[in-house]
Amino acid sequence: MSKSVIETPPKGGFSFDLCKRNEMLAKKGVNPPSFRKTGTTIVGLIFQDGVILGADTRATEGPIVCDKNCEKIHYMAPNIYCCGAGTAADTEAVTDMVSSQLQLHRYHTGRESRVVTALTLLKRHLFNYQGYVSAALVLGGVDVTGPHLHTIYPHGSTDTLPFATMGSGSLAAMAVFESNYREGLTRDEGIKLVTEAICSGIFNDLGSGSNVDICVITKGGKEYLRNHLQPNPRTYTSSKGYSFPKKTEVLLTKITPLKEKVEIIEGGGDVMEE
Amino acid sequence: MQIFEYNGSALVAMVGKNCFAIASDRRLGVQLQTIATDFQRISKIHDRLFLGLSGLATDAQTLYQRLVFRHKLYQLREERDMKPETFASLVSAILYEKRFGPYFCQPVIAGLGDEDKPFICTMDSIGAKELAKDFVVAGTASESLYGACESMFKENMEPEELFETVSQALLASVDRDCLSGWGGHVYVV
Repeated sequence: MSKSVIETPPKGGFSFDLCKRNEMLAKKGVNPPSFRKTGTTIVGLIFQDGVILGADTRATEGPIVCDKNCEKIHYMAPNIYCCGAGTAADTEAVTDMVSSQLQLHRYHTGRESRVVTALTLLKRHLFNYQGYVSAALVLGGVDVTGPHLHTIYPHGSTDTLPFATMGSGSLAAMAVFESNYREGLTRDEGIKLVTEAICSGIFNDLGSGSNVDICVITKGGKEYLRNHLQPNPRTYTSSKGYSFPKKTEVLLTKITPLKEKVEIIEGGGDVMEE
Repeated sequence: MQIFEYNGSALVAMVGKNCFAIASDRRLGVQLQTIATDFQRISKIHDRLFLGLSGLATDAQTLYQRLVFRHKLYQLREERDMKPETFASLVSAILYEKRFGPYFCQPVIAGLGDEDKPFICTMDSIGAKELAKDFVVAGTASESLYGACESMFKENMEPEELFETVSQALLASVDRDCLSGWGGHVYVV
């Protein structure tokens, strides 16, 4: 079989082209780069009318904080959201992929997605890759069968719980839940408890930090409270900022004017003959 | 040795008022030996979209060729240029495809979207997007760039001031990184 000369867009799935080369480099003592991790506190709990999910907003790469306000609560379906911890690219890719599968499934069936469908799709993918796709997730949503909360581990095992925590700050957050959680919390009590749990992760776990994101999902709809609490505002900026009176030495300047956008007026001009 | 330290690089992009700047250093080295002092790490995708690739230069060039190819296919099919957001998703998808054998490359994407709204974005080598409102950095000098940008950045800068800030941040940072240097290229759009 002859191979096409032009590289066509791939049909999907992973490509392992560079694995051999990278392995060779690793053997020669060249370390591969570290990936961006979420290093996270993510939590979820069931309250009287639905589910509340919470997350911190720090993304780290080794010891460096590379994003101080990232989003870790991912959209899955209008009634289902998912918090992700682990390698940032994996959590992002896995949740995006499953949310598009759910959308197609909804078009096909004409019904609201169920949380167990999302759960099964996620765990099947993660189990397939034997834990190499390192995404630890907290999945929550409300469907026809009521509110659901699940945790999914990178190897594909799942738990069904009334309250759950994940990520590096999970112990700090679980301590708060274990001491204060009870059944039948109201909405405000639930949000307060989730905020407390995330804050305990933010302040006691170095992998978590910055702000608190919260998502409340109920029977009727959902409420995404981005930056619900900002316990770490930046207070140390100088109001004047820096200015540079001595200009940078410029060796060469080239100015290229941007092309104007062409507007096509419909109906104007002659229609091309068939 | 870290793979990024083989060639060395420094990349930074910043947002201003209806404009953005993207800058890189000009050094290409093999570990501590300098090979070229006029290396291009930033390339134009179209008039309003620039791509900087830090990391291993061989992968950067391969990746650049693949991305330009995909962008040209898009232009032919859609008869328009790609939006920066779309292009970022494309880069992310191409990088994530090689999740288990990655390109040793950290891209920085900067562009103007609809109504001249600036967009900047960076990724790790497997395509985890980081969308920032203010500035993004990449390369071996990234740690010192974080510090410099964090203190020098101001919101809503005009192009002239933006150029000055980016240049100063870049020069200050590459002076503290022995793997990047030899001045810089700065693009202001």
